[in-house]
Amino acid sequence: MERIGARALSLGVPLGVHVDLTWRCNERCIHCYLDHDDPAELTLAELKGLLDQMADAGVFFLTLSGGEIFLRKDLRDIVAHARSRAFDIKLKTNAILIKERDAEWIRDLGVHQVQVSIYSHRAEVHDAITKVPGSLGRSVAALRMLREKGVRTVIACVLMTGNAGDYPGVQALARELGAEFTMDPTITPHLNGDRSILSLNVGQGKLGEVFRDSTLVGDVDKFLSESIPVDEDVLDQTPCSAGHTSCYVSPHGDIYPCVQFPVVCGNVRESAFLDIWRDSDRMLEVRAIRTRDLTTCSSCGHAGSCTRCPGLAYMEGNSMYGPSTADCEKSYVRTGIVTAGMLRKGTVGGLVQISGLAY
Amino acid sequence: MNPLYPKRDPNAAFRVLGGEAIVMNPVDSALFSLNETASVIWRASDGSRSLAEIVESDVCGQFEVEPAAAMSEAIAFAEALAAHGVLTLSDAPAGSV
Repeated sequence: MERIGARALSLGVPLGVHVDLTWRCNERCIHCYLDHDDPAELTLAELKGLLDQMADAGVFFLTLSGGEIFLRKDLRDIVAHARSRAFDIKLKTNAILIKERDAEWIRDLGVHQVQVSIYSHRAEVHDAITKVPGSLGRSVAALRMLREKGVRTVIACVLMTGNAGDYPGVQALARELGAEFTMDPTITPHLNGDRSILSLNVGQGKLGEVFRDSTLVGDVDKFLSESIPVDEDVLDQTPCSAGHTSCYVSPHGDIYPCVQFPVVCGNVRESAFLDIWRDSDRMLEVRAIRTRDLTTCSSCGHAGSCTRCPGLAYMEGNSMYGPSTADCEKSYVRTGIVTAGMLRKGTVGGLVQISGLAY
Repeated sequence: MNPLYPKRDPNAAFRVLGGEAIVMNPVDSALFSLNETASVIWRASDGSRSLAEIVESDVCGQFEVEPAAAMSEAIAFAEALAAHGVLTLSDAPAGSV
C-alpha cells in the first residue's frame, strides 16, 4: 500500500476521494461537525459526471458518506455507476435504513466495505448520543444482516465523554458481528467554526488508557516510545495525504483537501475536477507545505512522529501552518514530553512537575 | 492445450496509474500491484480474446519479450489472479454457448 501511495504521489494522482452525498441525516449525534440542511446537493447526473472525471483522474479508493447516505433515493444508482467505473468503494452509514434488499445490492455490486458508527454496546448510551431512540438496535440488526449477506463490515466508534468506558463493549460487539473495529478519540470542531463540541473530547487520562491498550495500538511499548529524530528528511516531509493523494467533495460540489480541512479549493459545478485538483491556488498552497514551513511544529521534537492534522489546526484557529492542540495533546500523552505547541500556548503551566519545582 | 479466455471479475476494483494497475478483491481485501506487462494483460482480459492472442498482439507487440517465455509467465500470472478470485479463466470466449 505504501508503494502505491508513493506512486500516486509521484504521478500527482488523487488516489482516494471522500464524497459526502448529503449532509441530511436521520440522527442528530451530539458530536457531529456538519450542518444538516440541504445545500443544493449534486444531482445524480452531476454525480455520474463527477465519478467519470474522478475515474479518469486515477481515483481508486472512493468513500461515499454523509450525512446519512441512505436518505438519497438514488444511492443505488450512484454506487452502480461508481462500480461500473471500477472504484474500490466504502460506504459510511448509520445503517438504520438498510433493508434486506439493500444489503443484497450492496453485495452484488461488489462494495468493498460498509462502515457503521456505533458509540456503545448499551442502547441507553448509543441512543443518547444519536438522539434517536432504538437506533442501536436498528444499526446492529443491519450490521448482522449485511454480514449474513456476505458484505464486509466495519464498526467505527468515536470516543467522547459520554461513552469513554464503552469501547471494549463495542469491540466485543464487533467480534460477535464479524465486523472490523476502528476507534477515533478525536472530536473535531463544527464546520461552521463552532468549537463548543470540543468539550466532548475525553481527557488526557482516558487518552492515556487508550494508548496503553494493545488491542488498539499493537505493541504498547513501541507505540509509547516511538520517536523519530527531527532531521532534514523530517523537515522536508508533507504533513499528510490531504491535497497530495486525497481530497474531499461536499454534497454541493465544493472540493476541500480533506473532510476535516474545510478550505474550499473550487466547485465541480464551475470547474473540472482535475483542474481544481491540479491548479487551484488553495490546493497548491496546501500541497506546498512541508514540515519546515510550520510556524511552531518545525521546532518541535515531536515533528517526526506527531499525528498533526493540518485540518484540525486550521479549524482550531491556528491556521494550516500552526499546531493542532488535539494532536499536541496526543503526542504529550503518548510520550510524556511537552510539545512546542503546548509551550507556545503556555499550557505547560498546569503540568504537575513544573508547578512542583516552583515550590 | 485448450485456449484460455481470461475475464476480469466484475466485482474487482482496479485502476491503472502510469501504466501499472492496482487491483482490489472486495471479498478478502487482497490488493495487487501489477507491473506494466501484467497490466496490459489485465486490461485486455474482457473475456473476448484468448490469453495467447493477448500475449501475441498486446504483450509481444509492446515489449521486447520472447513469445514462449511471455506465454508461460502470462499463464502463471492469470492462474495466480484466478486463484485469488479476481480473474476467471474459461475455455471459450465470454458470451459464447
